[in-house]
Amino acid sequence: MSKLPKSDEYFSKIKHDKTSGAEWMDTPTVIREGMFCYAAKPASVETLGLPFPREWNPLHEDWKLPENWKEIIHKGFRDRLERFRSFKVFMDICVRCGACSDKCHFFIGTGDPKNMPVVRAELLRSVYRNDFTKVGKILGKLGGARELTLDVLKEWWYYMFQCTECRRCSVFCPYGIDTAEITMMGRELLNLLGLNIDWIATPVSNCYKTGNHMGIQPHAFKDMLDFFVDEIEEVTGVLVEPQFNKKGADILFITPSGDVFGDPGTYTCMGYMILLHYLKVKYGLNITWSTYASEGGNFGLFTSNEVMKRLNAKMYAEAKRLGVKWILGGECGHMWRVINQYMGTMNGPADFLEEPVNPITGTKFENAKSTKMVHIVEFTADLIKHGKLDLDPARNDHLKVTFHDSCNPARGMGMLDEPRYVIKNVCNNFYEMPRNCIREQTFCCGSGSGLNASEDMELRLAGGLPRANAVKYVHDKHGVNMMACICAIDRAVFPPLMEYWVPEVDVTGLHEMVANALIIPGEKEKTVDLRGEDILDKEKVGTDEFYTRPSFSGR
Amino acid sequence: MSIQLVNLLEQKKTTIVKKWFDLVVETYQPDTSQFLKSRKDAFANPVGNCISQNLGPLFDELISKMNYETTRSFLFPIIRVRAVQPTFSSSQAIAFVFSLKEIIRENLKKEIREKQVADDLLLFESKIDGLGLIAFDIFMECREKVYSIKANEERKRTFSAFERAGLITEIPANRSSLS
Repeated sequence: MSKLPKSDEYFSKIKHDKTSGAEWMDTPTVIREGMFCYAAKPASVETLGLPFPREWNPLHEDWKLPENWKEIIHKGFRDRLERFRSFKVFMDICVRCGACSDKCHFFIGTGDPKNMPVVRAELLRSVYRNDFTKVGKILGKLGGARELTLDVLKEWWYYMFQCTECRRCSVFCPYGIDTAEITMMGRELLNLLGLNIDWIATPVSNCYKTGNHMGIQPHAFKDMLDFFVDEIEEVTGVLVEPQFNKKGADILFITPSGDVFGDPGTYTCMGYMILLHYLKVKYGLNITWSTYASEGGNFGLFTSNEVMKRLNAKMYAEAKRLGVKWILGGECGHMWRVINQYMGTMNGPADFLEEPVNPITGTKFENAKSTKMVHIVEFTADLIKHGKLDLDPARNDHLKVTFHDSCNPARGMGMLDEPRYVIKNVCNNFYEMPRNCIREQTFCCGSGSGLNASEDMELRLAGGLPRANAVKYVHDKHGVNMMACICAIDRAVFPPLMEYWVPEVDVTGLHEMVANALIIPGEKEKTVDLRGEDILDKEKVGTDEFYTRPSFSGR
Repeated sequence: MSIQLVNLLEQKKTTIVKKWFDLVVETYQPDTSQFLKSRKDAFANPVGNCISQNLGPLFDELISKMNYETTRSFLFPIIRVRAVQPTFSSSQAIAFVFSLKEIIRENLKKEIREKQVADDLLLFESKIDGLGLIAFDIFMECREKVYSIKANEERKRTFSAFERAGLITEIPANRSSLS
């Protein structure tokens, strides 16, 4: 007993007031459970022939690095500075003005200064100065330079995977530095040593082998969609008949596989199926799904540009094989960054495809001239604008909706108004979150860029705090009970985020709401939506009307 | 608690709560605490805003009836944030509650010396201890929520993997699961 510390001795050892106040470079990085994703499985690294597949654990002292790891990083760094002009410029021009520092959701949520975008970039830039600039070599730490050590490498890994590459910081940078691209370069360098996370490496490997992140084989992919066909028939009374791998179809439809395999994305997928069926019946739209190009997402983006290119190529290959005119893409986030910013030059130009024209309205999608790929929200907005859809927004009256601008469609392709236009046409209760949390200033979900695992839940919950905070505001003020979004990762990660911060708010894709509002030829009287939830409030309309309804307009 | 102490604390409320706020934000690294103090926008700085919005009412509750539900409602948002922030250990996450004792002692030096409020102050500090216990409950509740979210995510993933592998068969509604 005498060996036990006295309570005041024990208490004095607990650091619970002011922090040490050290500069970031002097603050050691502690890798904490809940803040990182597990290491990549060797088999997944091997699939694409990426270097140094091995079992390793971020919490262990020994990361089993190759002996010449410093040389590999140095060469890789130099190589990228030479190949990517933007990277070189981003390394040189930052004046550390601090405009970006408080704009990152991870900094705001975790309170960790190394998550300030400027500091995250400095993690790399400090080594750049030391290895590649004279001033850095001479001034050393005084000039913000430091040597690459094992601790620095581990710090890189920890913080490069605490950035979702959402680019909110870049909106505020007066020099236009895209910190997300610095993270991308950081991750590329780490991949040279086999230091990927499994939540990225395994989906990449799956996608390379089977065509989608989930590793679903073609027959299983079709089975899942057939299952949705039954569900849709049960709710609407309409039998939809999606086409698969149809040669000679006009349009190829590709969506993230998350929509096919995870709630609530599955309802969005049913939404696409209902819309495409409607367009087929009413206007003869000839569109096909593919069981090979069965993934719109591209986790290669979070690995390296070479891997991204290899995964992206299958979309074009399949479009060519089927002989379609152009590609329609589902609601996804980073998929659109790849398409809008990289695909045209990476695997394009796809001259064998036609410049996309909506066959129903005649609208030319000039923005997709190079990529030949159109976002389904643009497509649907165009249909609504031309009065081609019979919609009854009252069917979504049980929802009070807000809209989360997914980072990549918003900041990566500037799609800000189309989703709002669609929402306002399919539901009657729409409430915006405050101005500095939406459109190009939107806050990230906190789980993008391959960080949507469950082992890093604390990181995700802290990173998603700024977004959840704005959702809570519209929930408290307007009674918002549904957040719409146009990204499959959003749909997968928001439910747990909401459960922690705003449990009263649920999550939906846009096309789930579109399908619920759509008056489908031959549909039965609907009392429930795609989720099987009552469209009407029994207490408000009375039992009689509740069971005999609906007398929706347009029927 | 005597009226005298309540009056004193009410008079000094602004100073005490401001100091309390400073101490809470100084539990973060200097760059972070500077940000938490300076940005007033509730959406650009949700953490700082959450702390500043809740400490005042929390203090009011302490010097009045300290109704459990009301007290909890002001403490909960602050602890919920700290429960997922990686820079804190468990004790660091809730220690700010106890720092209020020090602030009050500092602010009531003269009165304590003159022994006007010493006995009452002991009673009041017991209330702060009570607040500490509520904070502990909230912290654990939040951590348990995190674990349950994690477990559910894993469960869902396992279930869907089984489903995809065709290992899940639904029992028809008209058949008893025991037959």
